[in-house]
Amino acid sequence: MDLIEKMRAGSQQALARLITLVEQEDPETPQILKEIYPYLGKAYTVGITGPPGAGKSTLTSRLTAVLREKGYSVGIIAADPTSPFSGGAVLGDRIRMQEHFLDEKVFIRSMATRGSHGGLPSTTPGVVKLMDAFGMDYIIVETVGVGQTELEIMETADTTVLVLVPEAGDTIQTMKAGIFEIADVFVVNKADRPGADEMVTELTNMLHISPRKEWWDTPVVATQAVNNIGIDKLYESIQGHRCAMQDTSRLAKRRKEQRRKEFIQTVEERTKRGLWQLIESDDRLTPYLEKVEAGAIDPYSAAMDLLSNGDILKDWTARTLRVRR
Amino acid sequence: MRRIKVIKVLLAKPGLDGHDRGAKVLALGLRDHGFEVIYTGLRQTPERIVQTALQEDVDVIGLSCLSGAHTYHFPRVAELLKEQGVTDILVIGGGIIPEKDVPLLKEKGIAGVFGPGTPILQIADFIKKNIKKDLGAHGREA
Repeated sequence: MDLIEKMRAGSQQALARLITLVEQEDPETPQILKEIYPYLGKAYTVGITGPPGAGKSTLTSRLTAVLREKGYSVGIIAADPTSPFSGGAVLGDRIRMQEHFLDEKVFIRSMATRGSHGGLPSTTPGVVKLMDAFGMDYIIVETVGVGQTELEIMETADTTVLVLVPEAGDTIQTMKAGIFEIADVFVVNKADRPGADEMVTELTNMLHISPRKEWWDTPVVATQAVNNIGIDKLYESIQGHRCAMQDTSRLAKRRKEQRRKEFIQTVEERTKRGLWQLIESDDRLTPYLEKVEAGAIDPYSAAMDLLSNGDILKDWTARTLRVRR
Repeated sequence: MRRIKVIKVLLAKPGLDGHDRGAKVLALGLRDHGFEVIYTGLRQTPERIVQTALQEDVDVIGLSCLSGAHTYHFPRVAELLKEQGVTDILVIGGGIIPEKDVPLLKEKGIAGVFGPGTPILQIADFIKKNIKKDLGAHGREA
């Protein structure tokens, strides 16, 4: 594919267009991902998550500056929510990242969640791969502002950083299941605010009474992203986790799990898509739909009926085979 | 999996003027019309705006200027796009633009100019009608 060659030769425009194709789930997507597959595996992915307004974008920008100083190239994916009402979105994370706009070793892409209900658009893993194939050393994935259970970032990132602010709550909050469990590094940002020291202490205490990972001691880093304080410490913590992951073969294991999951997801996606196409274009399905909608037949019997209809399934298989490249 | 066309718009304020109420009103309005709007904040240079537009692969750039510098900044954005070989991004402008400057801006590649009081719907329709990227060819799904 022409675009992939251009991207591999360093064209940001080609990368941008490929991301668009993957983001809109273009029919070319499997082909694109297939072709870039040999170039994958070089980049290290850092996830930045936390509640809205915690300072994720500013921290991302500061961390990028540290990575650039060390000579690394950086891809940034910044997610913001899509409106459940209009389907539109306002993507504003870039405002905090202006210092990198003209740095050709930094590529920033804003993404709307587009119907995904977690903290990330469902197409994020594909976009991470494109940035990896482009040659980025680090990819920072910033989630939308999250609550307690948006955990997809853990599957996308090699190291997950949870950004909190002093107002985030007391010990009991930190003991709850969900978001607190997925952090490889904790950050208490806006550490100049009252309550920051207490927050750091409470998190540290919680970690001490949690079942320990024998291979990694989860750090709590106090930062002031706006004032550029604590960012080096954050970088070192991320590096520390990276080394611990590598030394204990966990990185390889995680990559293995990711590949397995992608395979299953791809099959699932394509099956689902094929079925939808069939539903949209096949007249034989309309009677089922009409009957189900009218309540004349229950959805479960209709589904069973449909899935035992040999003709429809045969057509579906034929169609799926035709789409395959 | 309905097919929905999502149009990506970059709203940018080139130059030194700090009045972004109009840009924010438009960002919200376009959001409510189903657009994805990227807003980059105040005091942008044309170079930064164009670089952002390329990385984000936007369909439209909307420029806002209330300081009187539009006759420099707006054409400069169009010029930089041309230098990069980009021909499929629609460029529009708004702000306090005297009527007499409009023909010059249009000649320099600013497809539409919208002053204060323009209904959002009018801008949304203009974008949908004049968009250059072929959305149909790879209709985005949402």
